[in-house]
Amino acid sequence: MPEISCPITQFYNCRVLKDHKLVEDYLYVQDGKIIDPEKMFWDAKRKPDFRIDCKGGIVSPGYIDVQINGAYGYDFSNDTDIIEEAVSNISKGLLLQGCTAYCPTTVSSRPDVYHKVLKHLGPREGSIENGAAILGAHVEGPFISPQKKGAHELATLRTAKNGLEDFDECYGLDNLRKYVAYVTMAPEVEGVLESIPKLIESTGINISSGHSNATTAEASQAFKNGANMITHLFNAMHAFHQRDPGIIGLLGSSDSSSRPFYGIICDGIHVHPHSVMIAYYAHPQGACLVTDAMSAQCLPDGYYKLGEMDVDVNGGRVYIKDTNTIAGSIITMAECVRNFIKFTGASKVEALENATLHPAQMLGISDKKGSLVHGADADLLILDENLHVQRVFIAGVEATKESVKFSEKM
Amino acid sequence: MCPKRMAKRAPAMQQLAAPAAGTKLAEFDFKVLSGLNDPKAVAYYTANYVRQRINEFKPTRKRPFVLGLPTGSTPVEVYWHLVDFYKRGEVSFRNVITFSMDEYVGLPRSHPESYCSFMYRHLYDHIDLRPENIHMLDGNADDLAAECQRYENKIKDVGGIELFLGGIGPDGHIAFNEPGSSLESVTRVKTLAYETVLANARFFGGDVNKVPKLALTVGVGTVRAAREVLLIITGAHKAVALAKCIEEGVNHMWTVSVIQLHPSAMVVCDEDATLELHVKTVRYFKSIEQVQEQLIGRQNISLKGSISRLSGYDPGQTYRVAVQQPVADVASDPETTGESEDGTDDYDDEEYPEEEEQDGDQNMTTSSSADMLASSSSEIKGTSQNGSLVSAATAGNPF
Repeated sequence: MPEISCPITQFYNCRVLKDHKLVEDYLYVQDGKIIDPEKMFWDAKRKPDFRIDCKGGIVSPGYIDVQINGAYGYDFSNDTDIIEEAVSNISKGLLLQGCTAYCPTTVSSRPDVYHKVLKHLGPREGSIENGAAILGAHVEGPFISPQKKGAHELATLRTAKNGLEDFDECYGLDNLRKYVAYVTMAPEVEGVLESIPKLIESTGINISSGHSNATTAEASQAFKNGANMITHLFNAMHAFHQRDPGIIGLLGSSDSSSRPFYGIICDGIHVHPHSVMIAYYAHPQGACLVTDAMSAQCLPDGYYKLGEMDVDVNGGRVYIKDTNTIAGSIITMAECVRNFIKFTGASKVEALENATLHPAQMLGISDKKGSLVHGADADLLILDENLHVQRVFIAGVEATKESVKFSEKM
Repeated sequence: MCPKRMAKRAPAMQQLAAPAAGTKLAEFDFKVLSGLNDPKAVAYYTANYVRQRINEFKPTRKRPFVLGLPTGSTPVEVYWHLVDFYKRGEVSFRNVITFSMDEYVGLPRSHPESYCSFMYRHLYDHIDLRPENIHMLDGNADDLAAECQRYENKIKDVGGIELFLGGIGPDGHIAFNEPGSSLESVTRVKTLAYETVLANARFFGGDVNKVPKLALTVGVGTVRAAREVLLIITGAHKAVALAKCIEEGVNHMWTVSVIQLHPSAMVVCDEDATLELHVKTVRYFKSIEQVQEQLIGRQNISLKGSISRLSGYDPGQTYRVAVQQPVADVASDPETTGESEDGTDDYDDEEYPEEEEQDGDQNMTTSSSADMLASSSSEIKGTSQNGSLVSAATAGNPF
């Protein structure tokens, strides 16, 4: 509960994203949290101390990006020596874009990298000083399929034939417990399927299926075992085949409660707009928009690093140097949301929830993030009619270019 | 123009309008608002009235405007309009004190159907009313009787209620004063009539069992004690209640009928609500308004229905227009002979109503005189006569 004496801010002249609707209403914030103003009104006889005119805009929870490898020249897997600097600058940069919480994502790496880096990617509160909140790391690989490695380095990939021991050796179970939000792995990789329940039980992390050649049967089993998400649907998995639709097939599960959340990259490059539409129609409640952005996000075209690979950024497309393998995007969450509407004709509410509520639900934190329920963190966006971010608030405080200073990597 | 006819008319008009200075034209005003969206017109009229009353009152911190408020589907639109007015800067609730009429017993305050929650949602959240100026009954108080007593005391402390808005139930209840409530009752615990429970079930998912069976409510006496009562009645289902309320005697089985005894009450209703009234009744009340507007002029009627002034009433010119022509005729009437002579002198309080009637007579029979009155309205204001008329009205105003 917020301190009762803290000032109360009222957002007015706005439509608030609430209960799957845009409602003309006020939103009240106190001590960094969204509060029930009625309680405050009757009990403490308090009215708002400050009022913020939203000018008819939409008030949405801040965007949550559960898959982002880097931005502003920094890369979470590569800049291990200056990781704090990288985290700090990326967090602040993302905040100003309207992404108020995220999961810093690492590509498949050698164990020493995880042991060194993960502790810097653990959860931290969002604030003007910290930038966007970190929800814990998203560790992608290395227990993934060599056939679907995408831009991951083949040499780092491994199996888990010793079960939990292998995970411990690779990441350190304690690191998973403390610093990691979720891990992407391929269910068909030896030892993975059986380890999922134990991994969840002993560390409390979420598991996502991805970079995988799994059959629908294997993917279903992974889901039953507790893997509640699919990492960047359609990318790095075998294509839809009518007799075995693979991981994608989970979206067609006859029982809607056994359809997992899925990350989907809406840059129009990774996934064809029609595919986005198909996925969305199959399972609208599971869509989580992700950027899968790499270090060149918000930087000009040129050569950059993804993990230890060189990539070529050219006109919005990111390729591993001298190949045609796409290696992440440079899109922002705000663009993803707008693209999503363009691709699917979905309503603003649906698009916004894909970038807020669904990722929070996937991580089991929708009482704090990704929603504007009473008691949730006051991480807010004021958006215009076309969903362009007008103002950003983190923990109830406005983030502006003046209040949040950050720098790109030199 | 036929002076004879006019003279004959005069007594009839007197009976119809019979206004003493500063009193209303009838015991209670009765506005029938017609149009396609009747309930909406009623809500707007009411909200507008409340706004004007507050603004005319010019409340200050030391002299606040005390408003009694109901809940329900008809009042809710009134509140929306009030919120609109507030947002447009046309009214402020800074120095308004409110008292709610009633509250369920035992319903958590946070329940969407609790009256606290209702009032917050539709009104208090949107306006500049100070939380400390809001008085609600606490249906969860340990000692309900003490809570009711506290409420009554509080109303007395702030000097009584200036304007009580109310709706009525189909059985003629006001607040939760169900049939059989004492007409002298004050704030207390009431058991709801089954009909009310049934009617309110729609707010509780249609489940009669979820509707609280007890409520705290201000008494009939509490409403009567307000200096003004305004009732909002809409819909055919309330037509019987309205008829009972104004056409029959004061009766505790139709508690709202008590407004007949109130010196300053007004009913605002739509056409549907008048379905059970006699045609005569409706016409009568409508004609009052007509008289007010056409004969006296809207600008001369105060908000509460009293004749506040006769602006545009040029003593000289009107005298010519209104009195000169019928003078021979009127002179034959012993009651009005002296008055025409006094026309140019300073009027005193008693003379005012007669003057007003004359004006009325004139208009009744000559369509052109209405125009003349209107045309002169801008010319003559603030004359000494006019001033004395204002004071006459104020002096006679019981409020």
